[in-house]
Order: sequence, then structure tokens, then C-alpha cells
Amino acid sequence: MMQNFYLAIPLAPLFAAILAGLFGRLIGRVGAHTVTILGVGVSFVLSLLVLKAQALDGAATYNAPVYTWLVSDGLSMQIGFLIDHLTALMMVVVTFVSLMVHIYTIGYMHEDPGYQRFFSYISLFTFAMLMLVMSNNFLQLFFGWEAVGLVSYLLIGFWFTKPSAIFANMKAFLVNRVGDFGFLLGIAGVVYYTGSLDYLAAFKAAPVIAQHSMTILDGNAWNAMTVICICLFIGAMGKSAQVPLHVWLPDSMEGPTPISALIHAATMVTAGIFMVARMSPLFELSDAALGFVMVIGATTALFMGFLGIVNNDIKRVVAYSTLSQLGYMTVALGASAYGAGIFHLMTHAFFKALLFLGAGSVIIAMHHEQDMRRMGGLRKYLPITYATSLIGALALIGFPGFSGFFSKDALIDAVGLSHAPGAAYAQFCVTAGVFITAFYTFRMIFMTFHGQERMDHHTREHLHESPWVVTLPLVLLAIPSVFIGWFTVGPVLFGHYFDGVIVVAERHDVLRELGHEYTTPLAFVLEAFKAPALYLAAAGVASAWFLVLKRPDLATAISARLAPLARVLDNKYGFDWFNENVLARGTQALGRLFWKVGDEMVVDGVLVNGTARSVGWLAAVVRHLQSGYLYHYAFAMIIGLAAMLAWLLARA
Amino acid sequence: MITLPHFLVLSGILFSIAVAGIFLNRKNVIVLLMCIELMLLAVNFNFVAFSRWWGDVAGQAFVFFILTVAAAESAIGLAILVVLFRERKSINVEDLDTMRG
Amino acid sequence: MLTTILFYFFSTILVGSAAGVVLSRNPVRAALFLVLAFFESAVLWLLLDAEFLALVLVLVYVGAVMVLFLFVIMMLDINVAKMREGFTKHAPLGAVVAGLMIAEIVYVVWFRHLGITLATTAPPLPANYSNVHLLGQVLYTDYMLPFELAAIVLLIAMVAAISLTMRHRTGFKKQDISAQVARRREDAVRIVKVDSEKAS
Repeated sequence: MMQNFYLAIPLAPLFAAILAGLFGRLIGRVGAHTVTILGVGVSFVLSLLVLKAQALDGAATYNAPVYTWLVSDGLSMQIGFLIDHLTALMMVVVTFVSLMVHIYTIGYMHEDPGYQRFFSYISLFTFAMLMLVMSNNFLQLFFGWEAVGLVSYLLIGFWFTKPSAIFANMKAFLVNRVGDFGFLLGIAGVVYYTGSLDYLAAFKAAPVIAQHSMTILDGNAWNAMTVICICLFIGAMGKSAQVPLHVWLPDSMEGPTPISALIHAATMVTAGIFMVARMSPLFELSDAALGFVMVIGATTALFMGFLGIVNNDIKRVVAYSTLSQLGYMTVALGASAYGAGIFHLMTHAFFKALLFLGAGSVIIAMHHEQDMRRMGGLRKYLPITYATSLIGALALIGFPGFSGFFSKDALIDAVGLSHAPGAAYAQFCVTAGVFITAFYTFRMIFMTFHGQERMDHHTREHLHESPWVVTLPLVLLAIPSVFIGWFTVGPVLFGHYFDGVIVVAERHDVLRELGHEYTTPLAFVLEAFKAPALYLAAAGVASAWFLVLKRPDLATAISARLAPLARVLDNKYGFDWFNENVLARGTQALGRLFWKVGDEMVVDGVLVNGTARSVGWLAAVVRHLQSGYLYHYAFAMIIGLAAMLAWLLARA
Repeated sequence: MITLPHFLVLSGILFSIAVAGIFLNRKNVIVLLMCIELMLLAVNFNFVAFSRWWGDVAGQAFVFFILTVAAAESAIGLAILVVLFRERKSINVEDLDTMRG
Repeated sequence: MLTTILFYFFSTILVGSAAGVVLSRNPVRAALFLVLAFFESAVLWLLLDAEFLALVLVLVYVGAVMVLFLFVIMMLDINVAKMREGFTKHAPLGAVVAGLMIAEIVYVVWFRHLGITLATTAPPLPANYSNVHLLGQVLYTDYMLPFELAAIVLLIAMVAAISLTMRHRTGFKKQDISAQVARRREDAVRIVKVDSEKAS
């Protein structure tokens, strides 16, 4: 019974996706969006019921296989569900944001010829993401992982006639592939030591694995658990866009805004964070891996923030913000504050999706103009969009009382208490990042909604607020962006929500330490006034106001003075240059080498044609024996006879 | 004292001279045919010598038949030569290279 | 003793005439050298008590085959001058080849005795030894089939030689007797009335 209930959750969107995808022309636009919204709606309601059962009614963890796909050499490959508190939380977040995006898309993609295809894809995505979070074994996790990557590829390249879109979707897929390779190695490591793909088997065997050591590459012995965790994290680096596998996320903005909100803010990119939290029993046994996670996350958090400061495309600013916030979540994971990471994941899903959808609303109003330098003063034309975007921005910078405040401040405090290697660097990064975050967020808000109007006359004539299908999701997302933190911070972070789900070693448990001082949300808010984070955020907002609204000329002067730095930031630290010129072109050159030299010269020329030519040459030489002259033939006979005779005599 | 090896060496010498003749002669097909006759003669020598030493008449009978066949073959060879001369007006062996590969 | 001298004498002439066949420039001379070679070998065969074969050699080989050779040589209009060219070019190689062969044969026959032990002299012959008689005894009994076959070979040779060299001459008149006999009066004679006075 329960199994059917749980099965309905991913299968409803899948069914809707198939209908909209294969029969889109038959059921028409209205049919497509109706069936997909119904599918996701059903999923959402059922997920809420699951959450209620898990969180409020205290239901037990459900862990059972649904279908055994095949058994090979003792390794059983199954489809199964593991429903616990973590899963329930993720399910609700995913289905809620997906539902909002579905409704929003009715308005955003209104004029697009690929309307039904889009709905089919986003429903398919919802199915894949749900399979990922509900999985109870590595294989299904990987299936969901790959499937969301595939749908992301399809959606980034939705407008497939645009060359930049195709470039972006290939880039996303290939960079993800690199991460997936590491991920597969990690899974292989688990299978090697446990002989099973099941989560529980891996968790049970974890202490034993941590005793083994592996020799990799010229005799260096590594702790097996460290290797496995780092490999798994490489997968997370790809999917959750950590440095250096982050390069695909800004390019993924080529896709339509709804998917930027759904996939590249709220759900797919959080799959990596989810995975690491799920694997907490494994990660806790390897300090080296945790340190690695934290340093990577911290680097991403700070340095991606810098890039948000100089960008002028509204979607890309939000994309770099997402990168930076993902870095924050990763830092939390590295500091063993898994609860804080997941909590920030949840709040971030809401306010980042809100910011993206708000940006999308601005883009539709501006007739698909994305450059902020041509916007300005939009707040009187798009009031609802402005209000909701402002709420999202305040949540993002951690305005006291909003959801982002709770998750971010808890995160920063947790990192501050951590003694893990690299914690000091991480603490510096996340704290400095607060200023940067506030700066670029409000730079965006001020440039778009305040100040003088820089758009052309024709566009200004046509500015109007977006239809209700667009603004309703904005409002619906704004509500949890404000309130959800207040109500859930206690139980989720400092309570017993993740007991038995997320395992934290005694010496790493920063959240418990933090929890000793926690009393109520209000007290948490008041505590914030004693910490530097709040003031840094305020300073960031003030600087943004100053440089964007009051003295824009100063901004240009500063960037002229710091030209080399500006150039580095414009080149995105050279990652793209490296990938394109060294890796891509290098691989092409290598391929060309193998083609021209290896294949054409050696294989075709020497081996294939060479043997034929040498046969021909030999034949041309031997042909001279057939002179046609009798005496030559007789001579050959005689010589042969004499030689044979001589040999026989010599032998005897 | 003439022993079997004497005769065998003699026939060997005859045979070798005939072989050299085939090889050296490039101008005259008739001499080619004559060298073939010489070779057959050398072989006949062998047969007769062996027949005398083993006391077996089979060798001599064989010589009889070799003689017959040699005669027949030289007749045909000469006939071919005549026809060849009619066509090419030359009996130069160096002109006979139509079987060239 | 006598045998030894005779043997060496005739074998020397034999070898010399064989060399003469090969080295002659003139084909007629070569043919005559070959005739001499046959005569010498006939004598040597006489030394081997094969008198019938010796005489057959002279009669058949010299008398028939060599005569045939001479016929052909005389018949063909050979440009003798051309024959003399380009001989010495290949002489060394020919000498080497021949020498090599002789060396090998001598090694086997003389020094190694064919790998078997040989009697020093030929076994003695019975008193009433007659080579003709001996040959005749086996030729029509044991070797009947090869004899007949040899006859057929000769027949085939004859037929082949004729058919190879036969020429059909065109354009010459020949009597066709049957056509002559089958002629009818109606085809040959035609009566025409001619006026006697009109001849002018």
C-alpha cells in the first residue's frame, strides 16, 4: 500500500511528461500544461502528506525495494525507496518549486512554439529528481543523477537553433560528465568493499572500509574511505558546480528562465549537496575528505561572488549568486554541519527560485532584454515583481528574520566553531562573502528597479506587469522565503529532525555545540546584532546604493583604476580560457595527431597501403624472372638443382 | 681398370656440357635441340653402364625406349622449328620471348 | 689394358665433340660434331658389351635423326653471320655452372661411390652371351606394352610432324576427278544458231 503511495510521487510527473511529450500536438497547449501541472500537483500533495507523516506523525523510516532489475554476479541492482526526514524535506522542496515553475511557464513560454515540449521536459525533470532523492541505492541515485543531467542538457539547449545555447548545453553535459566519472569511481569503490549498491550496506560497512587503505598511482597509500568520499564529492562538484567544475552554470543561463529557476537554482544543483548529506556516515570517517569539501566550498563561495559584481546580465548575476550560495552549502557540509547545509539548501531553493522567476518577469516585461544597463526605475511599472524580488534579495543577504538569515547565520557560526583543517580559511571566505553577496544582490536590485530609466522609448511604452500566472508563483515563493526560516530553524537545525538520518561524529558536531546556545528564533535574531555578519551585509547594501545610485561615475573610475583586476574578473579567472584552449583544443589537437599521423600515416599508409605497395614492389622485382627466354628458365632449373644437390651433400 | 664410376663421371660430364650448351646458346634453336639429344645420350650412357654392372637387362630395354622417344621428339621439335622459321624468318632464341611476364 | 686405353681415347674424343657441338658457331658443324659424338658413344657401348644398342644408336640416331637435323639445317635459310655475336659474354657463367655440376656429380659418384659399395669389375658374362638375344627375350615378353606404346609414339610423332608443317597452298590448279566425271552435257554444251553470211 505504502509502496504504491510512494510510487505515485515520481510516476505522476513521468506519466504527464510522456503524455505532453509524445502526444503534445494531439492534446494541444492547454492539454499539455494541464496534464503536467496535474501530475506535479499530485506529487506535491502526496509529498506534503509524506512530510507530515514523517515530521509530525513520527512515522518510521521506509526502506524497501520496489523492483529488482537484475542480479549480476551477486550484485543486486534494484529500484527502491528510502523515505526518511531528509527525503521528505527534499521531496517537498522539489515538488513545490517544480509546481511553481510549471505555473510560471504558462505565462513565460506563452508565445514559444515548443510549449508542450518544455512542459514535458520539466515534468520529466521532476520525475528524475524525485527518483534521485527517494533512492535507497547507489544505482538509482546515479540514474537520477544522469537523468537530471540529461534533462538539463535538453532544457539548456531548448532553443536549439541558437549556437550559444548548443555550446552551453554541450559544456554543461561534458563538465558534468567529468564529475560523473569521479562519482562512478566512488560508487565502484563502495561496491568493491561491500559488494552491494545498497545505502544501508555501505553505511554498515563504513567503519570497516575506513580501516583499509588503497594504493593509487605509484605506490601512494590512501585511506580507502578518503578516496571513496573524494570521488563521490567530485561528482557533487560537477553537479553542484563547485570550482573548478563550475564553468557550466553561468552558460546554462542560455536556457529559458523557468528552468534556470527550477534546475540551476533549486533542485538539480542541490543534488550534490543532498548526496553528501545522505552519505554523512561515510564522510564523517574521513577528515581529509571533509577538509577538501570545505576548502573547495569556501573558494567557490567567495570567488564566484566576485564575478557577480562585474556582470551586467541580470540572469548571470543570479547565476553567480547561486554558485556562491552552493559554495556556502558545501562549506557547511565540510564543517560537518550537514543540517545547516540542508537547511540553507531549502531556504535557498525558495528565495533563489523567486529571484530567478522575478528576473524572468523583468525579462518578459522588457521584451527579452537581459542587460541591466538598459533597465532602471522599473519598480513603478512592475510593482509585484519588485516587491517579491526585494523580498528574495533580503532573504538572500540574510536580513534578520527572513529565512535566508537563519540558514546563513547558522552556517557561518557553525563554520566558526569548526576545528576541521581549512576551517580558518573557510570562515574568512564565508564571512567576507556576506559583504560581497549583499553588494552584488543590491547592485542588481538598484540597477534594475531604481534609478533613472535607461530603456528605449518603445520598450517603456510596453512596460506592464506580468500576467497572474507569472506573478502568482512569485508571491507563493515569497511567502516561504520570509517565514519558513522562523518556523523550522529550531527543529531542523538544533532539534532532532535529522537524528538517525544524518550521522555526525562526536568531535565534529558543531551544530550540537551551537545548539547549546540556541533558545528561540527571536533570540537568534537578536544574537545576530552582536555578530559582524549583519554589519557586513548592511555595508554591502550601502556600498551598492552609493556606487549605483549616488555616484555611478565613481564605479567606472574604480574599475578603470583596478583595470587588471577587472580584466581577471571579466575573464572569469581564466577557467573558460583554460577549458577551451588547453583542454578542448588540446584534445582536438591530440585527436588530429592520432588521425593524421596514427591513422592516416601509420595505419593507412604503412600498414594497409604499405603492405599492398610492398607486395606490388616485390612482384615487380620477381617479374624479371619471367623473361620469356628459354635459356633463363633452363638456367634457373640448373642452378636450383645444383644448389639443392650441394645442400644435400653438405648435410650428408 | 675401368670401373662403374668412370662411366658415370663420363656421362655426368656429357650432361653438364649439354646443360651449359642450353644456357650458353642464345642464337640457334637447332643447337638447343642438339644439346637435348646430348643430354639424352648421357642418360643412356648411365643406363647402359648400370645395366652392365648389375647384370640387369632392364637398363638396356629402357635405353631402347629412350632412343625411340628421343627420335620422335626430335622429329616433332624440328617440325616446330620449321614452322617457327616460316613465321619469323629467324631461329634466334632471343626472339622467342612472348611468354614474358 | 687395351680396354682402358680405348676407353680413355674414345671418351676424350666424345667429350671434345660434345664441347664442339656447344661451342660451334656454324650449325652444320655442330650437327657433324654431334654425329661424331654418337659414333664415339657407340664404340663405348661396345666396350660395355651392349653391341645391339651401339649399332641401333648408329643406325637410328645418326642415320635417321641426325640426317633429319641436317635436312632442316640445310632447308632453313639461316643468317650465319648473326650467329657469331654475343657468345663470349656468357661463357664464364656457363663454364661455372657446368663446372659446378661436374664437381657435384664427381663428388657423389667418384668419391662417395653413390654411398654403396661397388664391384671393381663388371661381373663376367656367360659364354654364349648375345646382347641381341638377351634384349629380344625381354622386349616381346616383359616389355610388350612399352614396345607397343613406343610404336604408337612414333606414329603420333609422324602424324604431328606432318600436321604441323603442312601448308595449304592456295590458288593452284588441281584435278577434281569426281567433278570431272559428274559433268553433264547440259552444263557444258549450248547450241546456238548463227547466220552464215553475216561474218564481216
